[in-house]
Amino acid sequence: MAKAFQKVYTKITKITKATCSVKAQGITNEELAFVAGRSAQVVKIEGDEVVLQIFGGTEGIPTNAEVIFMGKAPSLKVGEQLVGRFLNAYGEPIDGRPQPEGKEVEIGGPSVNPVRREQPSELLATGIPGIDLNNTLVTGQKIPFFTDPDQPYSEVMALVALHAQSDKIILGGMGMSNDDYLYFKNTFSNAGVLDRIVSFINTTEDPSVERLLIPDMALTAAEYFAVEKHEKVLVLLSDMTNYADALAIVSNRMDQIPSKDSMPGSLYSDLAKIYEKAVQFPDGGSITIIAVTTLSGGDITHSVPDNTGYITEGQLYLRRDTDIGKVIIDPFRSLSRLKQLVIGKKTREDHPQVMNAAVRLYADAANAKTKMENGFDLTEYDERALAFAKDYSRELLAIDVSLNTTEMLDVAWKLFAKHFTIEEVNIKKELMDKYWGKN
Amino acid sequence: MATKGIVTGIVANLVTVEADGPVSQNEICYINVDNAKLMSEVIKVIGKNVYVQVFESTRLLKAGDTVEFANHPLEVTLGPGMLSKNYDGLQNDLDKMKGVFLKRGEYTYPLDTEKLWEFTPLVTSGVTVIAGDWLGEVIENHKKLKIMVPFVFKGNYTVKEIVTKGEYNILHTIAVLTDKEGKEHPVTMIQKWSVKKAVTAYREKPRPFKLLETGVRPIDTTNPIVEGGTGFIPGPFGTGKTVLQHAIAKQANADIVIMAACGERANEVVEIFAEYPHLIDPHTGRKLYERTIIIANTSNMPVAAREASVYTAMAISEYYRAMGLKVLLMADSTSRWAQALREMSNRLEELPGPDAFPMDLSAIIANFYGRAGYVILNNGETGSTTFIGTVSPAGGNLKEPVTENTKKVARCFYALEQERADKKRYPAINVLDSYSKYLEYPEFQEYIAEHISPDWIGKVNNIKSRMVKGKEIAEQINILGDDGVPIDYHQTFWKSELIDFVILQQDAFDEIDAVTPIPRQRYMLDLIINICKIDFIFQNFNEVSTFFRKLINICKQMNYTHFESEEFNNYLKLLNEEIAGQAKKDA
Repeated sequence: MAKAFQKVYTKITKITKATCSVKAQGITNEELAFVAGRSAQVVKIEGDEVVLQIFGGTEGIPTNAEVIFMGKAPSLKVGEQLVGRFLNAYGEPIDGRPQPEGKEVEIGGPSVNPVRREQPSELLATGIPGIDLNNTLVTGQKIPFFTDPDQPYSEVMALVALHAQSDKIILGGMGMSNDDYLYFKNTFSNAGVLDRIVSFINTTEDPSVERLLIPDMALTAAEYFAVEKHEKVLVLLSDMTNYADALAIVSNRMDQIPSKDSMPGSLYSDLAKIYEKAVQFPDGGSITIIAVTTLSGGDITHSVPDNTGYITEGQLYLRRDTDIGKVIIDPFRSLSRLKQLVIGKKTREDHPQVMNAAVRLYADAANAKTKMENGFDLTEYDERALAFAKDYSRELLAIDVSLNTTEMLDVAWKLFAKHFTIEEVNIKKELMDKYWGKN
Repeated sequence: MATKGIVTGIVANLVTVEADGPVSQNEICYINVDNAKLMSEVIKVIGKNVYVQVFESTRLLKAGDTVEFANHPLEVTLGPGMLSKNYDGLQNDLDKMKGVFLKRGEYTYPLDTEKLWEFTPLVTSGVTVIAGDWLGEVIENHKKLKIMVPFVFKGNYTVKEIVTKGEYNILHTIAVLTDKEGKEHPVTMIQKWSVKKAVTAYREKPRPFKLLETGVRPIDTTNPIVEGGTGFIPGPFGTGKTVLQHAIAKQANADIVIMAACGERANEVVEIFAEYPHLIDPHTGRKLYERTIIIANTSNMPVAAREASVYTAMAISEYYRAMGLKVLLMADSTSRWAQALREMSNRLEELPGPDAFPMDLSAIIANFYGRAGYVILNNGETGSTTFIGTVSPAGGNLKEPVTENTKKVARCFYALEQERADKKRYPAINVLDSYSKYLEYPEFQEYIAEHISPDWIGKVNNIKSRMVKGKEIAEQINILGDDGVPIDYHQTFWKSELIDFVILQQDAFDEIDAVTPIPRQRYMLDLIINICKIDFIFQNFNEVSTFFRKLINICKQMNYTHFESEEFNNYLKLLNEEIAGQAKKDA
């Protein structure tokens, strides 16, 4: 039932697949509304005609449907009650428990003043050496996995969530398969970490336009914990390609001229608005965003990964290493732009040199492999490099390895000593003296 | 009476207003909502309907909201007190804003009205002056700044009164000027200027010719930029655009550096905030932030203000240029600005040009780059605005409208290459694709002949053609194999590698290597060219690579040591021994 302050209209003048128009007065931009009980948001006002974007789709909406305007932008009730809950794109429970109560906050709020930000400088260890060794993450960073849809990215995200040293984890699922949703739910319950997780889930079964609300919901919750509770919050967003597709659908229905790859011209700003919520506050609170961007056929020149790459601080690639039969974090194409702020400072002093030496030796192995495939003879060094590459891949790059940041460096030193001479590893002498052959 | 209006339509940040009086294109107006006034700019007028772009979020705006027109276009406030400030795209002082989050409709004054400045008059009463003429001088951050006749003044004025040397705040009337009709105009230390209009208070704008030293070898040595020149840096993500831009901003021999962070990552601006207080200007020995102004409109800040931010930055640079200063303006990235234009053009339902950009994109870019330049002021002094913009081409493809249109107008082109970045050859500037048109200017050649050496440009062309040959041979070796080409080819190839590693690659994170002053660049170029001139004799191709790898290693160590220090000279000795050793073998 409509309450006293709400405005109710019944004259729908136009219906498209994603929007409908209604004659109404005094309606505000971006206001939340319900059309025949479905959530909607004002996206355009032209005199007394108001265009509403219907998140659940317009199927079956009659021209005499009741349109109730709520007089406020979409919002979320934030508070401690969110913890451990699974909610939908509107912040409503999907776990059969009561609606969480708390302070009502508009989603998609203002940006942080850049002069009030702190430079990120705190290590975010994930326990996965393929990330921590070569692509070290920092709190307040934003970074996506660029992955083909067949890679086990949900498993990696869940692993990161379980291992990462953070106070809260907010999962935003956009077009997530129901199986993946249940996988996350079970993994989190089994690991007994539900007390630090909040999930906003839109599955493939839910209307696609609803996905547009998920990042704003997840980040509004994250801002509550980071700003008011000064907590380290990790936000996982999967999959941002589905989010971009939903944007394209809406802009298409609103007759906007598409730019590259049928994406809206505002794609960069739309994605930046989400990713730039990643922040380090001076009082210790932080929001770190790890997202998934699925690629089509590994094409990173497509608008979505391309714009993402310009916004995020690096990217992580998953790759199946056929030599060891495991999925690894690709050390060549992955990059964390902020790693320089922590490696060798917040991790052990030998980290930068060990990282570079290992990647260089791994590159030697890659060259040897090309040589082998082209039918050239391998030198003795090539053979050793290949053997090193297998060990390095299995013991450090594979996503199922779990080590802390000191252990991973020790393992690297062990592998160096096993396969190479001091000259071949070529690390600064004072570090060699300290770590060579000490394990 | 000021024109008023009423909101009739809203799509994202495009608002339609019905106005009750005259309005002008690009006029500023304020929309009243929620106890705040949202600043907006008129971008189209059809009858009574005025289309405005709002510089803020339009959430909870409604039809019927009232609008006040301000009767002036978007302006900057110019005066002493701007150095080391952090502004947003509309010149609001970000440090003065309260709270962690930006508040809609909060506008802060860009200057300090209370601070007293020691003012020294430069004219006496009775003299005739025109717009841009220097009335007096104040000192800010150890720089002599001029107080000028406001740029908007037209024609001749007579100085009726000028205050004596003393301390005044920026609002104090420091002079009274009389126009031809005898009307008196009080002048303070500040003036306003419409950002989209070029400041033309100068006598002449000749072709620029003076080298602007950046300390970056693949710029200064191979494709130099000049005081008042224009350049652009396109590159896919991850090729080091921002690192290169920051290197230029830190090291360039400029009096004032203005950095417009236009639609890029907030953390990159934070990096400047965190680093600059610790960095020293290599040319004056003073703190780097003393000469720097940051205009931050990061990617999550309102899109319309992104477009404004580059104009705000340009207008501020022209203000300092009129004082006879060397200004360097950097914008990262101009693609984001073009995208902001595209978003608005799309909402206005204009017919799109290529890639849905507005049809006049090319004119807009040309016009903006055209505002840079080297000028001779009315008093004979000179000043310059050098502009370097980055471009973020979609998908790394340089055949897209922003890159192509920029290429038409910018005189220097620094192509960052993915392949070089992948090989960690930084800065990833492809010296063969890049160019500097200034190398062809006779006046620049004359300047270089006098200030570096008469045969400098010949040498630069020499290493460029060696790079071309090296590249051709590398391709042949790839196809034919190492022993499929003569040993001489290997030598030519490795000489190009020597040039690449020693001259073209530079470690931006090493304190010494990051900045190479011109005398040192000249020394190293001579050194490398002389090595290249020697015809070494080798028995096989392995010997070639081993020998040149040694030379490269020694020369790189030289780059990492202080110029002409003992360590440097020791490496030089070692280098000469290696060369002599190889020369002996063939004897």
